[in-house]
Amino acid sequence: MIIRKIKDKLFTLFAIASFIIVSLPLFHIILTIIVNGIGAINLEFFIALPNPPGVPGGGIVNAIEGSIILVCLTMLISFPIGFFGGIYLAEYGKGPLAETVRNLTNSLSGIPSIVAGIFSYTLIVIYFGFSALAGAIALSLLAIPYIVRTTEEALKAVPNDIREAGLALGLPRWKVTLYLVVGAAKPRILAGTLLAVARIIGEAAPLLFTAFGNPFYTYSIFEPTDALPLLIFNYALSPYPDWHLKAWGAALVLIIIVLSINLTVKYYVQREGK
Amino acid sequence: MRFSFDKLFKLITLIFGVFIIVLVIIIFYQLFINSLTALRAFGINFFLGKVWSPVKGIFGALPFIYGTLLTATIALLIAFPLSIGIAIFLTEIAPRVLREFLTTIVELIAAIPSVVIGLWGIFVLAPFVRDYLQPFLAYFSFIPFFTGRTFGLCYLTAILVLIFMITPIMTSIFREAFRNVPADLKEALYALGATRYEVIRHVSIPYTRTALAAGIILAYGRALGETLAVTMVIGNMPAITLSLLSPGYTLAAVIANEFLEATDRLYISSLIGLGLILFIISFVVNLIGTLILRRLSR
Repeated sequence: MIIRKIKDKLFTLFAIASFIIVSLPLFHIILTIIVNGIGAINLEFFIALPNPPGVPGGGIVNAIEGSIILVCLTMLISFPIGFFGGIYLAEYGKGPLAETVRNLTNSLSGIPSIVAGIFSYTLIVIYFGFSALAGAIALSLLAIPYIVRTTEEALKAVPNDIREAGLALGLPRWKVTLYLVVGAAKPRILAGTLLAVARIIGEAAPLLFTAFGNPFYTYSIFEPTDALPLLIFNYALSPYPDWHLKAWGAALVLIIIVLSINLTVKYYVQREGK
Repeated sequence: MRFSFDKLFKLITLIFGVFIIVLVIIIFYQLFINSLTALRAFGINFFLGKVWSPVKGIFGALPFIYGTLLTATIALLIAFPLSIGIAIFLTEIAPRVLREFLTTIVELIAAIPSVVIGLWGIFVLAPFVRDYLQPFLAYFSFIPFFTGRTFGLCYLTAILVLIFMITPIMTSIFREAFRNVPADLKEALYALGATRYEVIRHVSIPYTRTALAAGIILAYGRALGETLAVTMVIGNMPAITLSLLSPGYTLAAVIANEFLEATDRLYISSLIGLGLILFIISFVVNLIGTLILRRLSR
């Protein structure tokens, strides 16, 4: 009996310890980023272009602009595809074809982000060179499966009564789907889309050889562009202490964006659920 | 036949749905076509060759396949018990009022961008491994895993980063599974005087084993393909060795590092070939995990 009790206590201890071991690095990461990054933050950091390598000062406005362009462009490409794909799975998704689509979508959502970069490279960059568009196409590959799943789950959570009520009133099916069902599912779709934004805004791997990076303003989607995560990667591996500081500053900005999106969505969805 | 908006709308959504299938085929086709040069030049040696030398124009993927499997497998072996522990902690042990909050903490780990973890890995974790973990591991240098010395950028650091990144993924699947274990089953065993450990051991884990398998597989897929965080801390040297203190390389890391340096056709084609290997491995792993989860939800 004693041995059984001890085993039980040990297991409880192990469970608590696992939680602490894994969550401690999270706090350490956030703390380190704040401590190291706060020194980089000033007005110039947000509104100036980078100085030449080794010259202190300057900012990261090129990366901020690039991230905004990339996120907007990616959403423009991936939202319609994911949204209608999700409607198909939720509203007409029976039979082997839909099941195939569903399984492939799930598998696609797990492909390594670097593969998305290679794909866009072989499709776009080889012919047209590095560009924001190529970066957005790579990011879309990661966003599409996410949005399909979100949309499908959101529509499936809408009670059938709403569909039946609409059809009973004589509305055609497409209107029922597009106005009533999507209308009811809007908060969840929005939440999922925001999470997709939070995911792709932090991705650097697909951008390495598509968007490439650019120390100047980007004036067209056919030019190379920088992005916050890309800048962090390049600056972290550079030999200049000032660039390391900038990398921490950019990480601080990035993590504030990502965590606030996640927490907002979580809070919002929780409140909706009650 | 009368024109119908209903049919048109269904057709439109169908096109977007089928587009996903087309997309997977295009990805595979693009990667395959563009790596043909390398596959033709080296044949089976592209997969089994131990030498990766851009200077000599010889490209063999084995060191990278080895590094990828080594890091992902060891990370998984350690992350699995941790995830079980955390999932149990969050569903059974933690005070009820705190559960939601503590769960959010674990979920936020999964939200941190890979490159940010890599940044922390270079400047914080790698020096920690070099200065604190290494002297400790020196006592165990009779184990082949811990021979040699490291500057901090090595297989071990990459594995630690991977453990941190895949644990939240497994935890969320495990937690969901444990929550769905019927209370009667657990209560039946409690009524017989079983301890919590025994209930988990003999009810929760056997009952959820399919979901556990799916979680393991999906986390493995993630670990195999993780790119930047690993690239930044693994040391970037092709090495087939048991020593975790040796610098190493993975498929994803070598692509991230060398792609922009590659100038001649054979070199680029070989790197795309590595991408093809990575795509096939992770796609198959994910597909298996997905199919298991799908069967569960039915």
